[in-house]
Amino acid sequence: MAQVLAKKKKAGIFSWLPYMLMAAPGLLYLIVNNYIPMFGLVIAFKDYNFSKGIFGSDWNGLKNFEFLFKTEDAFIITRNTILYNAAFIIINTIVAVAVAILLNEIRSRVFSRFYQSVILIPYLMSMVIVSYLVYAFLSIDTGFINKTILPVFGIEPIQWYSEPKFWPFILTIVNTWKQYGFLCVIYLSSIVGIDKEYYEAATLDGASKWQQIKCITLPMIKPIVVMMTVLAISRIFYSDFGLFYQVPMNSGSLFNTTNVIDTYVYRGLLQLGDIGMSSAAGMYQAVVGFILVLTTNAIVRKVDSENALF
Amino acid sequence: MKKSADKNTFEKISHVILFLVSLTSLLPFVLLLMASLTDENVLLSKGYSFFPAKLSLSAYTYLLDQSSVIVHGYLITIFVTVVGTVVSLVITSLFAYTLSRKDFPFSRGLTLIVYITMLFNGGLVPTYFLYSSTLGLKNTIWALLIPGLLMNGFNVMIMKTFFKNNVPEAVIESATVDGAGKFKTFYLIVLPLSLPIMATIGLFVAIAYWNDWYNGLIYLTDSSLFSIQNILNRIMTDAQFLTNSNLGTNAGSIDTIPTTAVRMAIAVVGLLPILVAYPFFQKYFVKGITLGAVKG
Repeated sequence: MAQVLAKKKKAGIFSWLPYMLMAAPGLLYLIVNNYIPMFGLVIAFKDYNFSKGIFGSDWNGLKNFEFLFKTEDAFIITRNTILYNAAFIIINTIVAVAVAILLNEIRSRVFSRFYQSVILIPYLMSMVIVSYLVYAFLSIDTGFINKTILPVFGIEPIQWYSEPKFWPFILTIVNTWKQYGFLCVIYLSSIVGIDKEYYEAATLDGASKWQQIKCITLPMIKPIVVMMTVLAISRIFYSDFGLFYQVPMNSGSLFNTTNVIDTYVYRGLLQLGDIGMSSAAGMYQAVVGFILVLTTNAIVRKVDSENALF
Repeated sequence: MKKSADKNTFEKISHVILFLVSLTSLLPFVLLLMASLTDENVLLSKGYSFFPAKLSLSAYTYLLDQSSVIVHGYLITIFVTVVGTVVSLVITSLFAYTLSRKDFPFSRGLTLIVYITMLFNGGLVPTYFLYSSTLGLKNTIWALLIPGLLMNGFNVMIMKTFFKNNVPEAVIESATVDGAGKFKTFYLIVLPLSLPIMATIGLFVAIAYWNDWYNGLIYLTDSSLFSIQNILNRIMTDAQFLTNSNLGTNAGSIDTIPTTAVRMAIAVVGLLPILVAYPFFQKYFVKGITLGAVKG
């Protein structure tokens, strides 16, 4: 009996050994790319010394955090990160839902597909390309806005790349232009899936188009909209580095309205060499970001467990 | 009667709005293209415009002179995209397959390991030190291939779900009964049934590699390894980069460079391939986006 069991066990190990081999490269990558850096976060509590490395450097307690939160930067980057993301979530959702509803009205498949494809082109482009497109409009000496639009209204040229007050609008417009197509496609596929009988019945009852949208379309796509929004809210402490770094062209005079946690960490690490501050900000982002994921999920689970992420 | 008229008007209004929306998506590209085709002197006096007073190809002639830098950048981009996508598909599909197997006792544990990476990450600072100092990737081609892009939890979960839902357990079992090993079952049975998901994930990974400038920005100081995106990124701040680059076939007098137009022309050169290829993969791209929204 014992012999049979032992044999079975041995066969068991042998039977999943190939699975171990299959999983090995992916697992190794996750360990290197994801898990070691997680432990590397302890660098935020250290006085980093290049020759000693992360784990060899001397402990420094909470000094890095003290320095970080004493600066004005900590408040600015937190405020910018959250406010921009909040604006992006709201505006992208409204635009994407509206355009998806309009797309659903187009009966010609050719046109519908054409519009969809065009709307997605900006989403396909890298942020570097986008920064060139923005530059064509905003360049101080040769930009379309300063040279063609503003003269029509008799307004003096604006120093776009050194006037922080315009950037909340510019970055929001650029972000919406580039990203909403993605959400739009998702919402459209959900609208297309709604049973046509609802609309037929509503039409028979004399419901107007607007009433149909309000009472059928929107309630039917609510679950997916909620899910995408929750997903975005859980990532509210992380921002699109490219948008905030490439599009304002890393211009120092704009930092007040363009600096977010991700750009702050990058500049601290690679441009200023201020590893203490940079790693403290990184740790701050990782921890608060993680808490936000758990909190949003817990709230969603309580209100509507269908939509919980995990 | 009235209702169908109502429906038609609504469709017409939709057409008008969507036409304007599409125009908004496209106009910046038109401006870029027209700017790149404008005569340098006109640009300096009138700026970038949709209707340039005088057209000129001088920016493109200049780029042609400097084409060795651009071609080199594209070769790097193509190499990284092809190698990265293939390796990514191999390790992602193998890994996801083991997660989908019920006869593998560690599949739940490994799934949890993937989940955690989607919720929490170490961020730039430790990642940078690991790759650049500990692993010595700085200023090597590996820096463009490995960090961040090779595999992600999201793709693993999508593939795992696909394997679970679309590869019938009975097929795998019968292959096992016939004496096929795990690897053989995977590439003879599972893989052929999974081509749609491989194509979709492969497309998105390829686009990510093609568009990536972040790894180059962080890990490369040696411009001979620059991908086309990194070259574009550098030219934005340093318009003379092409001429000054150690790769450039020095085109003589620097003061004749139509800098203002060249800026736009290089961007056109940078976005053209993906734009030309877009109609061919558009369908899979749209499908892939909706796939990502389905819970893994």
